[in-house]
Amino acid sequence: MIVAERKPMAEIVEMVKDCKKVLVLACRGCVTVCSAGGEREAEIIASLIRLGVKKEGKKIKTTVASLVRQCDREYIDEIDQWQGEFDAVVSTACGVGVNFISNLRKDTMVYPALNTTFFGGSAEQGEWMEQCAGCGDCVLHLTGGLCPVARCAKSLMNGPCGGSVGGKCEINKDVECIWQSIHDRLSSFDRSAQMEVIAPIRDWSTAGHGGPRKIVREDLTV
Amino acid sequence: MSFDPAITLFSCHYTSQQSCAEEGSELEKLGFPESIKLVRVPCTGKLQITTLLDAFEEGADGVYVVGCPEDGCHNVKGSARAAKRVTAVRDALVELGVEAGRVEMYHLPRGLHPEFVAKGKEMDSRIRDLGPSPFNG
Repeated sequence: MIVAERKPMAEIVEMVKDCKKVLVLACRGCVTVCSAGGEREAEIIASLIRLGVKKEGKKIKTTVASLVRQCDREYIDEIDQWQGEFDAVVSTACGVGVNFISNLRKDTMVYPALNTTFFGGSAEQGEWMEQCAGCGDCVLHLTGGLCPVARCAKSLMNGPCGGSVGGKCEINKDVECIWQSIHDRLSSFDRSAQMEVIAPIRDWSTAGHGGPRKIVREDLTV
Repeated sequence: MSFDPAITLFSCHYTSQQSCAEEGSELEKLGFPESIKLVRVPCTGKLQITTLLDAFEEGADGVYVVGCPEDGCHNVKGSARAAKRVTAVRDALVELGVEAGRVEMYHLPRGLHPEFVAKGKEMDSRIRDLGPSPFNG
């Protein structure tokens, strides 16, 4: 899922302080699952907006609503039902949602309530870990299913580096050295010889270094 | 500047059950501050962050929660969950430039225990020192 976390409230209040009414728009996709921007969090953010604006001696009306997703055109159209009820939208979706609304609603100002952080999974209750960098050229079949791009601090393609000690990364003793884990995992499948295959210099153009990426599936277009 | 604060207390059924004896008159006799409005809930674990924020929106100068001891909650983890939500509200208040001390969590023994009154007085004194809530203009 896309993992995100709420922006500091002072930052959000600064965005909307001159608005009279805002639509706090939750997303029922990834940000609901990671408890950052679902309906419950949107209610909290709306309450904190009202309090923060009130503290500045102003008043603001908030309407809280949610869309199935904010990354599909068909759902964005549903915003029409709240037309007239807001000066701006405060989106609690990931950055994709904020962009999508901005793309499709030329007359609607949209503010982000979240900082979008990474593609990750829930490691423990209330804890999420980055697992994928969306680099566009997956090497997981060579690395025992563990991603060196997202999970190595240096995104090394030929690891580990000299900073790996006792299975931990030199940046922090609590951070797993993913290359140690890759080695251990490949060994458990009797594939440790893969560690000696030198990965070639990588073409990072698929990782967004060549500009915004786009996929067109001709079999799905109409 | 002296003022009469409005404080909202959310207390679990078990911690506050004796507090309502004789329609609250027993509490009054023991000197429980009049500034505190007691809201009993089945379990403090039921409290949502928005419940606490609503109290501030409704004009409370301070909000606090009294639940079971952390290792003795009737519902196992209810008061521990409440404590985490209080912490979340405290962090949000700080982000808005409001004193963290306006919201508090206490874990107290069940029934009408001296600490129940003592913590009420402590909260009353604290909020009087802090003054009116910045949310109340």
